[in-house]
Amino acid sequence: MTLSAADFAFVSALVRREAAIVLAPGKEYLVEARLIPVARQVGAASVAEFLANMQRRPNPEDQRRIIDALTTNETSWFRDREPFSALTDVVLPELVRARGTNRKLRLWSAASSSGQEAYSLAITLQENLPTGWSYEIMGSDISTEMIKRAEAAEYSQVEVNRGLPATQLVQYFERAGAHWRIAPALRRNVSFKLMNLTAPLPALPPFDVIFLRNVLIYFDVATKKSVLRNVARLLRPDGWLFLGAAETTIGIDDNYERVAAGRTSAYRVRSAVPAGTARKG
Amino acid sequence: MILKRIVAKLNFEAVEAGDGQEALDLLATMTEVPELALIDWNMPNMNGLEFVTKVRAEPRLREMTLVMVTTESEQSQIVRALAAGAHEYVIKPFTEGAMIEKLALLGLVPTGANS
Repeated sequence: MTLSAADFAFVSALVRREAAIVLAPGKEYLVEARLIPVARQVGAASVAEFLANMQRRPNPEDQRRIIDALTTNETSWFRDREPFSALTDVVLPELVRARGTNRKLRLWSAASSSGQEAYSLAITLQENLPTGWSYEIMGSDISTEMIKRAEAAEYSQVEVNRGLPATQLVQYFERAGAHWRIAPALRRNVSFKLMNLTAPLPALPPFDVIFLRNVLIYFDVATKKSVLRNVARLLRPDGWLFLGAAETTIGIDDNYERVAAGRTSAYRVRSAVPAGTARKG
Repeated sequence: MILKRIVAKLNFEAVEAGDGQEALDLLATMTEVPELALIDWNMPNMNGLEFVTKVRAEPRLREMTLVMVTTESEQSQIVRALAAGAHEYVIKPFTEGAMIEKLALLGLVPTGANS
Protein backbone atom coordinates (compact mmCIF):
# COMPACT_ATOMS: atom_id res chain seq x y z
CA MET A 1 0.00 0.00 0.00
CA THR A 2 2.94 2.29 -0.53
CA LEU A 3 2.27 5.60 -2.21
CA SER A 4 2.47 5.68 -5.99
CA ALA A 5 5.36 7.60 -7.55
CA ALA A 6 2.94 10.19 -8.94
CA ASP A 7 1.26 10.76 -5.56
CA PHE A 8 4.63 11.03 -3.87
CA ALA A 9 5.79 13.57 -6.46
CA PHE A 10 2.60 15.57 -5.92
CA VAL A 11 3.04 15.69 -2.13
CA SER A 12 6.78 16.42 -2.41
CA ALA A 13 6.15 19.35 -4.73
CA LEU A 14 3.45 20.70 -2.42
CA VAL A 15 5.49 20.64 0.79
CA ARG A 16 8.55 21.92 -1.05
CA ARG A 17 6.58 24.86 -2.40
CA GLU A 18 4.63 25.64 0.76
CA ALA A 19 6.97 24.66 3.57
CA ALA A 20 10.42 24.46 1.95
CA ILE A 21 10.71 20.89 3.07
CA VAL A 22 12.47 18.44 0.81
CA LEU A 23 11.17 14.90 0.90
CA ALA A 24 13.91 12.71 -0.46
CA PRO A 25 12.96 9.64 -2.50
CA GLY A 26 12.52 6.76 -0.10
CA LYS A 27 10.22 8.78 2.19
CA GLU A 28 7.11 7.30 0.59
CA TYR A 29 6.46 5.22 3.67
CA LEU A 30 6.74 8.25 5.94
CA VAL A 31 4.40 10.33 3.77
CA GLU A 32 1.85 7.56 3.70
CA ALA A 33 2.05 6.99 7.47
CA ARG A 34 1.57 10.68 8.17
CA LEU A 35 -1.32 11.02 5.74
CA ILE A 36 -3.32 8.00 6.92
CA PRO A 37 -4.89 9.92 9.83
CA VAL A 38 -5.53 12.92 7.53
CA ALA A 39 -7.31 10.78 4.95
CA ARG A 40 -9.35 9.22 7.72
CA GLN A 41 -10.24 12.63 9.11
CA VAL A 42 -11.67 13.85 5.81
CA GLY A 43 -13.53 10.61 5.24
CA ALA A 44 -11.44 9.25 2.36
CA ALA A 45 -11.08 5.48 2.13
CA SER A 46 -7.33 5.67 1.61
CA VAL A 47 -4.45 8.06 1.20
CA ALA A 48 -4.55 7.44 -2.55
CA GLU A 49 -8.23 8.43 -2.69
CA PHE A 50 -7.62 11.52 -0.56
CA LEU A 51 -4.78 12.64 -2.86
CA ALA A 52 -6.77 11.86 -6.00
CA ASN A 53 -9.69 13.99 -4.76
CA MET A 54 -7.34 16.76 -3.90
CA GLN A 55 -5.61 16.76 -7.26
CA ARG A 56 -9.00 16.94 -8.98
CA ARG A 57 -10.26 19.72 -6.73
CA PRO A 58 -7.37 21.45 -4.98
CA ASN A 59 -8.42 23.28 -1.83
CA PRO A 60 -6.37 25.24 0.68
CA GLU A 61 -7.80 23.43 3.68
CA ASP A 62 -6.57 20.01 2.51
CA GLN A 63 -3.26 21.55 1.49
CA ARG A 64 -2.86 22.88 5.00
CA ARG A 65 -3.71 19.46 6.41
CA ILE A 66 -1.00 17.80 4.34
CA ILE A 67 1.60 20.38 5.27
CA ASP A 68 0.72 20.14 8.95
CA ALA A 69 0.90 16.38 8.84
CA LEU A 70 4.34 16.44 7.28
CA THR A 71 5.83 19.35 9.19
CA THR A 72 4.28 20.55 12.42
CA ASN A 73 3.18 17.12 13.52
CA GLU A 74 6.66 16.33 14.78
CA THR A 75 6.42 14.30 17.94
CA SER A 76 5.83 16.49 20.94
CA TRP A 77 7.39 16.23 24.35
CA PHE A 78 4.91 14.83 26.86
CA ARG A 79 2.53 14.24 23.98
CA ASP A 80 -1.13 14.38 25.10
CA ARG A 81 0.00 15.19 28.65
CA GLU A 82 -2.55 12.91 30.37
CA PRO A 83 -0.56 9.64 30.20
CA PHE A 84 2.39 11.41 31.82
CA SER A 85 0.17 12.86 34.55
CA ALA A 86 -1.26 9.37 35.12
CA LEU A 87 2.27 8.02 35.38
CA THR A 88 3.19 10.62 37.99
CA ASP A 89 -0.03 10.55 40.00
CA VAL A 90 -1.13 6.92 39.85
CA VAL A 91 1.37 4.49 38.33
CA LEU A 92 4.66 5.55 39.92
CA PRO A 93 3.28 5.73 43.49
CA GLU A 94 1.90 2.20 43.07
CA LEU A 95 5.09 0.85 41.55
CA VAL A 96 7.19 2.49 44.25
CA ARG A 97 5.09 0.64 46.85
CA ALA A 98 5.40 -2.64 44.94
CA ARG A 99 9.12 -2.54 44.04
CA GLY A 100 10.53 -1.45 47.38
CA THR A 101 13.07 -4.29 47.34
CA ASN A 102 15.03 -3.65 44.16
CA ARG A 103 14.06 0.01 43.66
CA LYS A 104 14.44 -0.08 39.93
CA LEU A 105 11.90 0.47 37.16
CA ARG A 106 12.01 -0.44 33.49
CA LEU A 107 9.90 1.41 30.92
CA TRP A 108 9.50 0.89 27.21
CA SER A 109 8.58 3.51 24.65
CA ALA A 110 7.47 1.34 21.72
CA ALA A 111 7.66 2.97 18.28
CA SER A 112 9.75 5.72 19.80
CA SER A 113 10.34 7.62 16.55
CA SER A 114 12.86 10.41 17.16
CA GLY A 115 12.91 9.75 20.91
CA GLN A 116 10.81 12.51 22.44
CA GLU A 117 8.51 10.10 24.26
CA ALA A 118 11.39 8.06 25.70
CA TYR A 119 13.14 11.18 26.98
CA SER A 120 9.85 12.63 28.28
CA LEU A 121 9.48 9.42 30.30
CA ALA A 122 13.03 9.88 31.58
CA ILE A 123 12.27 13.45 32.69
CA THR A 124 9.10 12.25 34.43
CA LEU A 125 11.00 9.55 36.33
CA GLN A 126 13.90 11.83 37.13
CA GLU A 127 11.48 14.24 38.76
CA ASN A 128 9.19 11.80 40.50
CA LEU A 129 11.13 8.77 41.71
CA PRO A 130 12.25 8.88 45.33
CA THR A 131 15.98 9.21 46.07
CA GLY A 132 17.81 5.91 45.81
CA TRP A 133 15.69 4.59 42.94
CA SER A 134 16.93 4.04 39.43
CA TYR A 135 15.27 3.48 36.09
CA GLU A 136 15.95 2.25 32.59
CA ILE A 137 14.05 3.35 29.53
CA MET A 138 14.15 1.51 26.25
CA GLY A 139 12.87 3.07 23.07
CA SER A 140 12.26 0.91 20.02
CA ASP A 141 11.51 1.72 16.43
CA ILE A 142 11.34 -0.03 13.10
CA SER A 143 13.42 2.64 11.35
CA THR A 144 17.22 2.66 11.67
CA GLU A 145 17.16 6.34 10.78
CA MET A 146 14.86 7.10 13.73
CA ILE A 147 16.99 4.99 16.08
CA LYS A 148 20.05 6.99 15.05
CA ARG A 149 18.20 10.26 15.59
CA ALA A 150 16.92 9.19 18.99
CA GLU A 151 20.38 8.01 20.08
CA ALA A 152 21.92 11.28 18.92
CA ALA A 153 19.37 13.00 21.20
CA GLU A 154 19.69 16.27 19.32
CA TYR A 155 16.68 18.42 18.58
CA SER A 156 16.13 21.59 16.59
CA GLN A 157 14.77 24.83 18.01
CA VAL A 158 11.46 24.04 16.38
CA GLU A 159 11.35 20.62 18.02
CA VAL A 160 12.20 21.79 21.54
CA ASN A 161 9.30 24.23 21.42
CA ARG A 162 6.80 21.41 21.10
CA GLY A 163 5.18 20.83 24.49
CA LEU A 164 8.38 21.18 26.49
CA PRO A 165 8.24 23.67 29.35
CA ALA A 166 11.18 26.11 29.24
CA THR A 167 12.20 25.17 32.78
CA GLN A 168 12.74 21.58 31.65
CA LEU A 169 14.51 22.67 28.48
CA VAL A 170 17.18 24.49 30.48
CA GLN A 171 17.40 21.76 33.08
CA TYR A 172 17.61 18.62 30.93
CA PHE A 173 19.17 19.84 27.68
CA GLU A 174 22.40 21.46 26.68
CA ARG A 175 23.12 23.55 23.62
CA ALA A 176 24.90 21.79 20.76
CA GLY A 177 25.51 24.41 18.08
CA ALA A 178 22.15 25.38 16.66
CA HIS A 179 20.54 22.35 18.32
CA TRP A 180 19.75 21.15 21.81
CA ARG A 181 21.06 17.85 23.12
CA ILE A 182 19.62 15.82 26.00
CA ALA A 183 21.98 16.14 28.98
CA PRO A 184 24.16 13.08 29.72
CA ALA A 185 22.56 12.49 33.14
CA LEU A 186 19.28 11.75 31.39
CA ARG A 187 20.72 10.11 28.30
CA ARG A 188 22.56 7.41 30.21
CA ASN A 189 19.26 5.95 31.42
CA VAL A 190 17.78 5.70 27.94
CA SER A 191 18.69 3.26 25.17
CA PHE A 192 17.19 2.49 21.78
CA LYS A 193 16.73 -0.76 19.92
CA LEU A 194 15.71 -1.53 16.37
CA MET A 195 12.53 -3.60 16.59
CA ASN A 196 9.62 -4.64 14.44
CA LEU A 197 6.56 -4.93 16.66
CA THR A 198 4.79 -7.20 14.21
CA ALA A 199 7.58 -9.78 14.23
CA PRO A 200 8.43 -12.04 17.20
CA LEU A 201 10.02 -9.78 19.80
CA PRO A 202 13.46 -10.44 21.29
CA ALA A 203 13.70 -11.92 24.78
CA LEU A 204 14.11 -9.00 27.17
CA PRO A 205 13.63 -8.51 30.88
CA PRO A 206 9.99 -7.50 31.39
CA PHE A 207 8.86 -3.88 31.73
CA ASP A 208 6.90 -2.17 34.47
CA VAL A 209 5.32 0.31 32.07
CA ILE A 210 4.93 0.19 28.31
CA PHE A 211 3.93 3.18 26.20
CA LEU A 212 2.54 1.82 22.91
CA ARG A 213 0.77 4.91 21.71
CA ASN A 214 -0.55 5.74 18.27
CA VAL A 215 0.92 2.56 16.84
CA LEU A 216 -2.01 0.15 16.70
CA ILE A 217 -4.03 2.59 14.56
CA TYR A 218 -1.80 1.75 11.62
CA PHE A 219 -2.46 -2.01 11.80
CA ASP A 220 -5.32 -4.29 10.81
CA VAL A 221 -7.09 -6.30 13.50
CA ALA A 222 -5.00 -9.46 13.06
CA THR A 223 -1.78 -7.47 13.39
CA LYS A 224 -3.15 -5.55 16.39
CA LYS A 225 -3.87 -8.90 18.08
CA SER A 226 -0.39 -10.20 17.44
CA VAL A 227 1.30 -6.98 18.60
CA LEU A 228 -0.75 -6.92 21.81
CA ARG A 229 0.04 -10.59 22.47
CA ASN A 230 3.76 -10.00 21.90
CA VAL A 231 3.77 -6.95 24.12
CA ALA A 232 1.94 -8.75 26.94
CA ARG A 233 4.88 -11.16 27.21
CA LEU A 234 7.19 -8.25 27.95
CA LEU A 235 4.90 -6.60 30.49
CA ARG A 236 5.30 -7.53 34.14
CA PRO A 237 2.17 -9.16 35.57
CA ASP A 238 1.35 -6.02 37.55
CA GLY A 239 2.66 -3.64 34.86
CA TRP A 240 0.82 -0.93 32.97
CA LEU A 241 0.25 -0.50 29.25
CA PHE A 242 -0.63 2.89 27.80
CA LEU A 243 -2.21 3.14 24.35
CA GLY A 244 -3.08 6.20 22.26
CA ALA A 245 -6.31 8.02 23.05
CA ALA A 246 -8.01 6.52 19.99
CA GLU A 247 -6.80 2.97 20.66
CA THR A 248 -8.06 0.15 22.83
CA THR A 249 -7.56 -3.56 23.49
CA ILE A 250 -11.30 -4.03 23.86
CA GLY A 251 -12.65 -6.40 21.28
CA ILE A 252 -9.10 -7.23 20.19
CA ASP A 253 -7.39 -8.89 23.12
CA ASP A 254 -9.39 -10.01 26.15
CA ASN A 255 -6.29 -10.64 28.23
CA TYR A 256 -6.13 -6.95 29.01
CA GLU A 257 -8.36 -5.06 31.38
CA ARG A 258 -8.94 -1.34 30.93
CA VAL A 259 -8.39 0.54 34.18
CA ALA A 260 -8.73 4.19 35.11
CA ALA A 261 -5.42 5.99 35.54
CA GLY A 262 -5.88 9.59 36.54
CA ARG A 263 -7.90 11.31 33.83
CA THR A 264 -7.05 8.69 31.23
CA SER A 265 -7.13 4.90 30.90
CA ALA A 266 -4.41 2.31 30.93
CA TYR A 267 -4.44 -1.45 30.39
CA ARG A 268 -3.30 -4.23 32.68
CA VAL A 269 -3.07 -7.93 32.18
CA ARG A 270 -6.29 -9.37 33.59
CA SER A 271 -4.86 -11.60 36.32
CA ALA A 272 -3.07 -8.57 37.74
CA VAL A 273 -6.26 -6.68 38.41
CA PRO A 274 -7.43 -7.06 42.01
CA ALA A 275 -10.46 -9.37 42.17
CA GLY A 276 -12.80 -6.64 43.41
CA THR A 277 -12.35 -4.56 40.26
CA ALA A 278 -12.08 -7.27 37.63
CA ARG A 279 -14.94 -7.42 35.18
CA LYS A 280 -16.43 -10.68 34.09
CA GLY A 281 -15.21 -12.14 30.88
CA MET B 1 2.30 37.26 11.28
CA ILE B 2 2.04 33.79 12.75
CA LEU B 3 1.21 35.27 16.16
CA LYS B 4 -1.65 37.29 14.67
CA ARG B 5 -3.02 34.15 13.06
CA ILE B 6 -2.82 32.22 16.32
CA VAL B 7 -4.42 35.01 18.33
CA ALA B 8 -7.24 35.18 15.78
CA LYS B 9 -7.67 31.41 15.78
CA LEU B 10 -8.00 31.37 19.56
CA ASN B 11 -10.46 34.29 19.54
CA PHE B 12 -8.20 36.32 21.79
CA GLU B 13 -8.65 40.06 21.90
CA ALA B 14 -5.21 41.58 21.39
CA VAL B 15 -3.44 44.91 21.59
CA GLU B 16 0.05 45.61 20.27
CA ALA B 17 2.93 47.73 21.47
CA GLY B 18 6.19 48.57 19.72
CA ASP B 19 8.47 48.17 22.72
CA GLY B 20 8.50 47.55 26.47
CA GLN B 21 7.94 51.15 27.49
CA GLU B 22 5.05 51.53 25.08
CA ALA B 23 3.56 48.33 26.50
CA LEU B 24 3.86 49.60 30.09
CA ASP B 25 2.25 52.91 29.10
CA LEU B 26 -0.55 51.06 27.41
CA LEU B 27 -1.08 48.78 30.40
CA ALA B 28 -1.31 51.83 32.66
CA THR B 29 -4.32 53.06 30.66
CA MET B 30 -6.15 49.74 30.70
CA THR B 31 -8.78 49.08 33.34
CA GLU B 32 -8.62 45.34 32.80
CA VAL B 33 -5.19 43.72 32.89
CA PRO B 34 -4.62 41.29 29.97
CA GLU B 35 -4.21 37.63 30.86
CA LEU B 36 -1.23 37.11 28.61
CA ALA B 37 1.72 39.07 27.22
CA LEU B 38 3.79 37.71 24.33
CA ILE B 39 7.11 39.48 24.53
CA ASP B 40 10.01 39.76 22.12
CA TRP B 41 13.44 40.04 23.71
CA ASN B 42 14.77 42.52 21.20
CA MET B 43 12.86 45.78 21.26
CA PRO B 44 14.03 49.42 21.20
CA ASN B 45 13.90 51.61 24.35
CA MET B 46 12.95 48.81 26.72
CA ASN B 47 13.75 45.21 25.84
CA GLY B 48 11.72 42.16 26.75
CA LEU B 49 13.80 41.19 29.76
CA GLU B 50 13.49 44.69 31.25
CA PHE B 51 9.77 44.63 30.54
CA VAL B 52 9.36 41.29 32.35
CA THR B 53 11.29 42.63 35.34
CA LYS B 54 9.14 45.79 35.49
CA VAL B 55 5.89 43.84 35.17
CA ARG B 56 6.93 41.49 37.97
CA ALA B 57 7.60 44.46 40.24
CA GLU B 58 4.10 45.82 39.66
CA PRO B 59 1.44 44.23 41.92
CA ARG B 60 -1.40 45.32 39.63
CA LEU B 61 0.05 43.16 36.83
CA ARG B 62 0.72 40.11 39.01
CA GLU B 63 -1.83 37.89 37.32
CA MET B 64 -0.55 38.48 33.78
CA THR B 65 1.16 35.46 32.20
CA LEU B 66 4.41 36.39 30.49
CA VAL B 67 5.75 34.45 27.52
CA MET B 68 9.00 35.39 25.82
CA VAL B 69 8.82 34.82 22.07
CA THR B 70 12.20 35.45 20.56
CA THR B 71 15.07 34.38 18.35
CA GLU B 72 17.37 34.65 21.39
CA SER B 73 18.11 31.02 22.12
CA GLU B 74 21.10 30.81 24.46
CA GLN B 75 20.48 28.63 27.47
CA SER B 76 21.70 31.42 29.75
CA GLN B 77 19.17 33.83 28.26
CA ILE B 78 16.29 31.44 28.86
CA VAL B 79 17.46 31.02 32.45
CA ARG B 80 17.64 34.82 32.87
CA ALA B 81 14.15 35.32 31.46
CA LEU B 82 12.67 32.64 33.70
CA ALA B 83 14.52 34.02 36.71
CA ALA B 84 13.19 37.50 35.94
CA GLY B 85 9.68 36.06 36.06
CA ALA B 86 8.75 34.93 32.56
CA HIS B 87 6.41 31.93 32.73
CA GLU B 88 7.38 30.45 29.41
CA TYR B 89 9.86 30.89 26.61
CA VAL B 90 9.22 30.14 22.96
CA ILE B 91 12.16 30.17 20.60
CA LYS B 92 11.62 31.43 17.05
CA PRO B 93 10.98 29.89 14.64
CA PHE B 94 8.02 28.04 16.06
CA THR B 95 4.92 26.47 14.60
CA GLU B 96 1.34 27.40 15.32
CA GLY B 97 0.87 24.07 17.08
CA ALA B 98 3.91 24.63 19.29
CA MET B 99 2.64 28.00 20.47
CA ILE B 100 -0.81 26.64 21.22
CA GLU B 101 0.77 23.76 23.15
CA LYS B 102 2.75 26.22 25.25
CA LEU B 103 -0.40 28.20 25.99
CA ALA B 104 -2.12 24.96 26.93
CA LEU B 105 0.71 24.19 29.37
CA LEU B 106 0.00 27.55 30.97
CA GLY B 107 -3.71 26.77 31.20
CA LEU B 108 -4.63 29.59 28.82
CA VAL B 109 -6.22 27.38 26.20
CA PRO B 110 -7.78 23.96 26.67
CA THR B 111 -5.49 20.98 26.01
CA GLY B 112 -6.21 19.70 22.54
CA ALA B 113 -7.15 23.14 21.14
CA ASN B 114 -4.56 22.28 18.59
CA SER B 115 -6.34 19.45 16.89
